Formats: sequence, structure tokens, C-alpha cells
Amino acid sequence: MASLQDRAAHFKSSPAGGVWRALWPLAVALILGVVMQLLVRPNIDAYSSAQILNIGIAIILAVSLTIVNGFTGQFSIGHAGFLAIGGYVAGSLAFYGSFAIFGSGAAKLGILSGLYGAPAGAPLITGGEVLFFISLLAGGLVAALLGVAVGLPSLRLRGDYLAIVTLGFGEIVRVLIQQTPQVLMTKQDIAESPAWKVPLSVGGSLGFGNVPKYTSLFWVYAAVVVTLIFAYRLKQSSTGRALLSIREDEIAAEAMGIRTTYYKVWGFVIAAFFAGIAGGLYAHTLGISLSPVDAGFQKSFDIIIMVVLGGLGSISGAAIAAAIVTYLPELLRTPDTLQKFAIVGVPLLIAGFAMLAMAGRPDNEVDLKSGRDRRALPRVIITLGIVTVGLSVLAFIAKRFGINLGEYRLIIYALALVIMMITRPQGLLGVREVWDRSLYRPLRDFFAPRIGTSSQSSTGSSAGPSAGGTA
Amino acid sequence: MLSVSNLQVSYGAIRALHGISLKVEKGEIVTLIGCNGAGKTTTLRAISGLVRAAGGSVNYEGRDITRVRPHELVRMGIAHSPEGRGVFANLTVEENLELGAYARNDQDAIAKDKEKGLTLFPRLRERIKQQAGTLSGGEQQMLAIARALMARPRLLLLDEPSLGLAPQVVSTIFQIIREINAAGTTILLVEQNAHMALKVAHRAYVLETGEIAMEGPAQQLAASDEVRKAYLGVG
Repeated sequence: MASLQDRAAHFKSSPAGGVWRALWPLAVALILGVVMQLLVRPNIDAYSSAQILNIGIAIILAVSLTIVNGFTGQFSIGHAGFLAIGGYVAGSLAFYGSFAIFGSGAAKLGILSGLYGAPAGAPLITGGEVLFFISLLAGGLVAALLGVAVGLPSLRLRGDYLAIVTLGFGEIVRVLIQQTPQVLMTKQDIAESPAWKVPLSVGGSLGFGNVPKYTSLFWVYAAVVVTLIFAYRLKQSSTGRALLSIREDEIAAEAMGIRTTYYKVWGFVIAAFFAGIAGGLYAHTLGISLSPVDAGFQKSFDIIIMVVLGGLGSISGAAIAAAIVTYLPELLRTPDTLQKFAIVGVPLLIAGFAMLAMAGRPDNEVDLKSGRDRRALPRVIITLGIVTVGLSVLAFIAKRFGINLGEYRLIIYALALVIMMITRPQGLLGVREVWDRSLYRPLRDFFAPRIGTSSQSSTGSSAGPSAGGTA
Repeated sequence: MLSVSNLQVSYGAIRALHGISLKVEKGEIVTLIGCNGAGKTTTLRAISGLVRAAGGSVNYEGRDITRVRPHELVRMGIAHSPEGRGVFANLTVEENLELGAYARNDQDAIAKDKEKGLTLFPRLRERIKQQAGTLSGGEQQMLAIARALMARPRLLLLDEPSLGLAPQVVSTIFQIIREINAAGTTILLVEQNAHMALKVAHRAYVLETGEIAMEGPAQQLAASDEVRKAYLGVG
């Protein structure tokens, strides 16, 4: 990555660039969202679109938690609490707001909304969608505010206090939601209920399934793009540097003049905001009935697994792991498909080991100077190979003995974690990103091996603008 | 420049500093020597605001800074190179240096100071894109000092720069400490390696279980029987 000074100079040179810089991610988000909803969705079955939607929501959750657990090195284990808060706030606002404005709680779909698309002749955009969008933001903001309330007292201290406090926070949210009154289903019920009680009537332990179902691949993937680009820019920014330095050594960071509490709370609040947005999207998904369980520890743990598997500190790693972990239970239900994984897994293993052998022993002078580790990519490939082959073996056994692998999901997660800790203790991508060029050097060496690479040529190749982008 | 009077620090019920007083004049190298657990690191941390003083006061350039937060102290010109070096292991040497200048906004001057630091420590220039965690101990110490200098301090607090380093590297580091001081930076140096510390310092304080046991010009202390016996292993 370029140095901070280079970037600062870049901004100074183009004032119009600032506007462009702020707008292009939104343009990309809109375009990807439209493509997903209007081009991809009509061509896939209902089951697949639901899966793809779930993966999108999981990516937002995992990437947001990466900001806390990955960048800042703090350990939050109550992320689902923010998911639930965002979901309930957005859901309540959209549902009762619809009653107040449109006279009914049903969704008013425009062409970009609805998991299975809108009915023919739907307008481009509806008032209901505007309300939905506002509700999403409101859910995110309330989650962020609670993030301040949770983060400020616990992040002022060094150490693991955040873990303890967030664990308690998730449980408090869960129990509080359980105590809420029944959902008010008709205009008359709403009129009879005291006004302050209306927005709190979100169903308690019975769940809140009446939220208007606006969420679609458009909304989810637009949010995914915004989340990913935001996280990436955060990591590159000077705020991001401050967060990373706190992860690396909090006392040293403080001695450098970094306001550690301030930045830790900021990171935490940003993460809470995006988790709240994800919760809002989840609440408005067809077939989902929000329930207090969504705030529970199990849900938080699922998100932590994604972040740890992906590599603490890697945005793309978290996103990939989120997709895998979300899709895995579905795969486990179809052992036939799973069995065929060996077709991909075995070549992956062979290629990985071959590359590892080619990489040879680490050459400190060459490798360190260019900031690269030639064995990183082979290890990633081997890990993927072991996991895929392992899954297909499991599927074979399961089919043989008629076991439903889906029920053993948690055991399989645990096994995957164990394999990971042995082959890639830092997670799939460690602190790197899939777009770090240094990750692919071994690939180039593999196809064009240069025996006796001199340190001169390798430093030469690392002097490019994005050289050494390993952090 | 810096005057500490009757400084007390407690960790819970345990009192680490029982009221110590010391002075650092502009342009000096002052060293604080003593055994493990004497309170040397705590003293430095209390001065730079990393731990809170339970009593007493710290004055810097005529201002009471006892309760001032660390990030403001860095802006006021106090940089602290922490014990155990504290380099940011997963970040590159360059990124570490840039973080040292976090409290500053003058990009051009920062670039110049980076250049200066790399001239002072040519080894770091060779390894500018390398992850700091892959540096040798001596190089990490050099990075920690260079990083602290990036804040452009008037007062540099160095905590055990010789920790875990080979004797040859230690003398290189101390040579550079002298150069930094000659270039106009006042230094408060905490050391267990009393021999080296007394060689480079102008004045010295001996800390014993949270109290100042002795003080005086470094050469004079180095010659005293008590110090020779207890800290230099001679006689």
C-alpha cells in the first residue's frame, strides 16, 4: 500500500476527486444490486436466491465484526445483540410506520424489492421502500448508539473486559425482547393500545414475523458493497492505522499519541452500525420471523467463527468465510453434492503441496525484504484442499451409514477450526486480503520459476506502488 | 525542563512509587537505574500519562502535566519509547514510523523526519517494507527509537533500550542515543544496564523499591563504592 503521505498528496491534487471518491462506491452498490435482483434472481430458483441473500447478510455481519475483532484486536462476543437491535428497531418502525402511513402493515413492493421479486407492473419505487430504507438506517443508528453505551465503559480499560460486557449485552437484549408484548395486528388493536407501547409490541418470545418483506438481493448486495468498500477504506485510512496499532500493541499505540479509547469505541460503534443494518435487512426477509434467539450467543458465535476462519484482520477473508460458513449447513444436507468435492479437493491438495515444495525453505533475505511469504498461498490452497476432501469423505461416510450431517454442523465447524489452527493458525488469509499482490507471487514463481532468484531482482519487483501490502 | 516531585503510583493496593522526585534539565541525558521492580518503568509511564499518579506532581516546561492525557503530551513534545520496544509487528517498518508521527499533521516535515530517522538508522532503510515483527531485536529497538523520534520530541523517554540485546548492538544503540542528544533532544533514560547508562548520561538517579536512593553526576555515581558493588558488579 502507498504511504500515508502519498495518499495525502493524492487528495490535495484533486478536489473533485473527493466527490467522485464518495460517490462511486454508491454507484457500484446500486449497479451490483440491480444486476443481482433483475438479472441474476429471475434465472435462479427460489432456494438459491434465499441462500445467496443469507450469504450477503452474513458477509455484512462478518465484515463488521472484523473491524472490532480483526482490526482493533478487541474481542466482542455479543455481535448478535446489535443484529437483533437493528432488526427489531427497523422492523417495528417499518411495520407500525406502514400502518400509520398506508393503513396496513403489508409491504408495498417496487421492482427492486422482495426476495422473489415484485408482482408485474410494480412501480420503480414506492413510499413503502422509502420507509424501509429509513427504518434500516434507524436500526443501524440505534445499534450504533447502544454500541457507544456498551463500548465506552468497557473499552476504557485494557484487556478482555469487552468480551465479558458484550456477552452480557447480548443476553440482556435477548431477555428484554422476550418481555415485549404481542404484535398488534390490526388498526383497531393499535388504536386501543397506549401510544408508547405500540412500537414495543414486537411479539416477545413468539417472534416478530409480520415485518413487511422488502428485503431483496438488491438491498442486500448494495449494502454488501457499501460495507466492503467502507471497511477497506477504513483499513487504509489513518483511523484504520490507529485501530491496527492498537491491535498490535496498545501501550505503544498510546505512547505514540493515539487516543486508544476513542478509536476503540469508534471501531466498535461502526461495527454495531453495520450489524444493525444487517439486522434490519434480516428482519425484512421473506420467511424470517425475528425472535429473541437472534440476539443469543449461538448467533454471535457463528459470526465469530466466520471472522476467525477468514483471518483476524482480513476483510476479504471474513467475507469468504461468511459465504462458506453460511452455505456449509446447506451442503451438509446434500451428501451427494458434497461427495463430489473430492474432484476439486484432490487437485487442490496436489497443487498446494507442489507449490510448497517449489517455494522451498524460506529465504530470509529475499522474502523478508520484499515483505512476502512464499508459503502463504500454498498453505491457503492446502487448507482449502484438506477441508474439501475432508468434507467429501465425511459425506461418503454419512451416506454409507445414513447420518444427517446437518445435525453435526457444530462438530464440523469445530473440526474445521482444528484443521485451520494446524495448517493456518492465522486464519485463511491472515491479515492479508485476496487482492494483495504479494499473496500471488508464489503463483508466478510456480509457473515461471527462476532458480536462484537474486535479491536484486526481487527487491526491484517489490518497489512498485502497492509493494509490501501485507498489512 | 522536567521536574517530578513526590510522585506516587499505586497498582491496586500495592504502592509502586513511594514519592520520588527528580529533575531533567534541557539538553541533558539523565538516567534512572535500578533493579527489577524498583519502579523505573512505572516512573516513565507516570510521566507520559500511561499510568495515573496517585499523588505528587509532574511539571514540564513550567506546566503541570500530572493529569494530562498521553496524546496531548505527545503534542507537547514528550515521546515515550516503551519497555520491550512495542513495535507494531504486523505493520511494515515504514508504517511503524508513520504511526510515530500520528499526532502531527505537517506532511512535508514528517517526510523529512522520516528521512532523518532512516539516515540515523541505515538498517531500517534497508528493511523499510519489511514487517516489523521480522526484524532482529536490535533492529526492533532501533525502530522503536526512530518511531519515537517521529513525534519530534523535545523530551525523549527511553525505557530499557538495551533489553535482550547483544553487547555490540547495545553499544551501537547507546552511540545513537548520544547522537540524538547532541542534536538537541533531552533524554530521560531508564536502564538496568547501569554500566552503559552511566557512561552516556550526564546525571543519574538510583531507584530502589520505589524510592530514590542516590543521585548525582553520572561519573561520580559510577565511581561510588555502593553503586559499583550493587549495580556494576565490581568490588
